[in-house]
Amino acid sequence: MPTLFTPGAGLLGGVLIGLAAVVLMAGPGRIAGCSGIFRSLLTLKLDDNFVWRAVFIIALMLGALVAAPFARNAQNLGFNSLLATAIGGLLVGFGTALAHGCTSGHGICGLARFSSRSLVAVITFMAVAIVTVFVMRHVLHIGTGG
Amino acid sequence: MIMRLLFTGLSGLLFGIGLAVSGMVNPMKILTFLDITGSWDPTLIFVMGSGLVVATIGYRLVFARGRPLFADRFYLPTATDIDARLVIGSAIFGLRNPGYTNI
Repeated sequence: MPTLFTPGAGLLGGVLIGLAAVVLMAGPGRIAGCSGIFRSLLTLKLDDNFVWRAVFIIALMLGALVAAPFARNAQNLGFNSLLATAIGGLLVGFGTALAHGCTSGHGICGLARFSSRSLVAVITFMAVAIVTVFVMRHVLHIGTGG
Repeated sequence: MIMRLLFTGLSGLLFGIGLAVSGMVNPMKILTFLDITGSWDPTLIFVMGSGLVVATIGYRLVFARGRPLFADRFYLPTATDIDARLVIGSAIFGLRNPGYTNI
């Protein structure tokens, strides 16, 4: 299932995500790394950090939920099967925990601080993801979506 | 405390709205970005591009102030070494993609 190329909405959404990173650094002085914030929540360690992390994740989901009906890009979402999502989730959780970051932590916040670790992380996960999709879609012909 | 949480909530809201507006809530849109030899949708480049520009300029201004508005210091990662965990972890993260649909 192809998706529409939407550079304008992409630019606008990116600006909002960038602003989110700046606001979190300006106020509480924290990195807006979604995987790390979410992972720390799952440890259920009810310390001082638990509250702000919960607030961030809940607000993020709320923001997406409230904006989705008005965002053309957020219609007709193509989700995976439950098994595929579970496999994907395991890989995301394990990988980002090892690498200490994902697309937001390394890709936006890390690169914005000119972190060489983040540059290596982004190049690695993008390259592996592109190769994986190529093999899955065009060599093995599985997971074509829809 | 309350201002800190207000800023955290505002950040989360902006992030979520940004994900919806840009279409990054749609796994298919990530997949079609990664599928460079198929029906390629380069939108993600524009999302990361503008996000990075805003974050880089914004961070510069925020760090110039010396400390956050509502905390005693910036909480920044201290690791600088490019080790196997970073590369292997990122590779595992990259292995995950929304292309497993039909399994």
